[in-house]
Amino acid sequence: MAPESPPTSALSLRDVVALSGRFPLLAGVDLQVGVGETVLIEGPNGAGKTSLLRVAAGLVPVASGRATVLGLDPARHRTEVRRRVGLLAHASHLYDDLNVRENVRFAVKAAGADTSRIEDACERLGLTGRLLRTGAAKLSAGQRRRVALAVLVARAPELWLLDEPHAGLDASARSLLNELIVEATAGGATAIVVSHEPELVESMATRSITITGGRVTGECRLNSAPARFVHVA
Amino acid sequence: MTTDTSVQSPRVMWATRVIGLLALVGTGLTVWLGLWVTPPDKVQGDLVRLVYIHPGVAWVALYLAFGLAAACSLLYLWPRTRSLFWDRLAAAAVEVGVVFNVATLISGSVWGKPTWGVWWAWDARLTSTAVLLVLFLGYLALRRVPAEPEVRAKRSAFAALFAAVDVPIVHFSVLWWKTLHQGATVLNPNLSPTIHGSMAWTLLLGFVALTLAFVWMLLVRYRIGALEDFLGSGELDMALLERQSEGAGPTPEPLGTADDARAPVKASR
Amino acid sequence: MWRDTLLVAGKDLRIEARSRVALSQVAPFGIVALVLFAFALGPDRAPMAKGAPGLFWVAVLFSSVLAIQRSVSVESVDGARDGLRLSGLDPAGQFLGKTLSVAAQLVVLEVVLGLGVVLLYGANIETFWLIVVSCGLGTIGLAAAGTLYGALSAGLRVKETLLPFLLLPVVAPVLLAGTRMWQAALTGGTPSNGTPWFHLLIAFDAVYLALGVVVYGPIQETA
Repeated sequence: MAPESPPTSALSLRDVVALSGRFPLLAGVDLQVGVGETVLIEGPNGAGKTSLLRVAAGLVPVASGRATVLGLDPARHRTEVRRRVGLLAHASHLYDDLNVRENVRFAVKAAGADTSRIEDACERLGLTGRLLRTGAAKLSAGQRRRVALAVLVARAPELWLLDEPHAGLDASARSLLNELIVEATAGGATAIVVSHEPELVESMATRSITITGGRVTGECRLNSAPARFVHVA
Repeated sequence: MTTDTSVQSPRVMWATRVIGLLALVGTGLTVWLGLWVTPPDKVQGDLVRLVYIHPGVAWVALYLAFGLAAACSLLYLWPRTRSLFWDRLAAAAVEVGVVFNVATLISGSVWGKPTWGVWWAWDARLTSTAVLLVLFLGYLALRRVPAEPEVRAKRSAFAALFAAVDVPIVHFSVLWWKTLHQGATVLNPNLSPTIHGSMAWTLLLGFVALTLAFVWMLLVRYRIGALEDFLGSGELDMALLERQSEGAGPTPEPLGTADDARAPVKASR
Repeated sequence: MWRDTLLVAGKDLRIEARSRVALSQVAPFGIVALVLFAFALGPDRAPMAKGAPGLFWVAVLFSSVLAIQRSVSVESVDGARDGLRLSGLDPAGQFLGKTLSVAAQLVVLEVVLGLGVVLLYGANIETFWLIVVSCGLGTIGLAAAGTLYGALSAGLRVKETLLPFLLLPVVAPVLLAGTRMWQAALTGGTPSNGTPWFHLLIAFDAVYLALGVVVYGPIQETA
């Protein structure tokens, strides 16, 4: 899973249009995300935030424009892109009939990742003891989120795509999530977080992007510098 | 998206009319010749007159329609030749093929009743034809599922592919299961002497007339499909263009009302 | 690809082991079918014994539709299908894995139904290896074609009614071949009787396995 040469750009979208049938999910997005950055994506419902993540994950094909994920073309190097990118979606992709440990094991092995980190990841996310042996059908929404997160932590992908990750988590889980994101990016990964509660992410994000109507309509630098909101038409 | 205006071009429409006319004349001529002018067979009597229709519709249904649908589906699936034109043509071929398929089964059954004594004797050829009919109907059922044209086209093309590779296997399996049908009298390599003279000409005319009928129906059905798609996509394109120019305009809008920038019916993404 | 195959097959079989749907619902359905056939053919065992090969395969075919439905519906909960796509698993491996898992379930089913046919209809097996070969080859074909059609109808709301209609005509050759081979097996027929059917099944299996390996990926990307 080691990359040939470390890419400097985690995600590069140039005038990307993505369609669902006739409908433009993304109507010309320009976005550059460097390795190690943490980018917050905001915008109203239906703006295309989730679609942007899905394009980055290689799930939605690019109709026009150029998309490069970790230096690779997601259409041409589909498998490799998917293995190096981790998407935390609204759905947790769990199998109801398997228990937590089996679900995590399967997801990690399916992604071709090392299984040695599974134990630590599960412990980190509070998935221990009886919970590990609980069938996925019996889990609450927050617990399902934790399982999906455990998979992500165990897989340790280079690009983390998080779609409203804080939704449904309690306060302690939220701060744990933030810790995990900071750790991941400190270790060289890149994180792109979609959130409707920007205050949760702003402290760790380097940039904030606003998406409206399928395009990037706002961008501002965050982190320690005070935000000066710049509208980019 | 392909706005296939060639279907509506005057030249094609004129050609369609001519073909239709020829088909009508040809079929009429075949019927007249078949029913009155040609002599009855020594063995089969007047029943042999079905030979002017049955092999004709069978050839169209089993080879022409099916072959065309399979070829068009492959052409759609192949990225370099992908175009909704092939998908529409395949669908039209299958629909018209169903008509000819049923005609084959009915004419075959009618022919068989006096010869075999039963309406349906599970003869190998007819049974394969019946299976093909069901495969056609499955294809059409799949097409009825509402979806975007591209998605529907891809799905149908795959279904056609899966069915197409099965047809030769079905043919042989049914053939080995039972053999009752009289050997092909015209498409047989050693051309059987049972057809000669005016009968042969009428038979040939029947083939040609029925093929023309198929082509005419195919063109008409294709046109209907293309018009349906065109109507749907044209309106949608217009609406989308308007929407996009509203939302992504140069004047920055406050985030609150940016919801209107995209089409309203959209789940949260 | 083979690693992915085993991974997916293992996952599916583990799910089956947990939920026991094939064992507790599909197999009994097959038995019910056999019983209904018996009711239909009358209390005399003679017509049942005569029809045993065909009835066995019809019951297998109907049950296999259920098995395929189940295999498909496992992935439709909680966006698991997206999860499989995201994982970067080789689509060919996914296809073979699911086919393998369905085939394994069908084999168990066939053992149960085979016993049913022997006990209920009084079928008398003379050439056992013909039975094994026909069931083995037939199962592979059913599983492969079924998994393909299952993938095609996966996202559709009407898939319950559509899948049988699409799949059953296509697997008719398996029914024909399997029945003939069983007939030969029950009457102690010679291997030469079965040869063309044997080739037919091999061809069917090869075609649908090859098709699946090539086409499963593109089907999944269709949405």
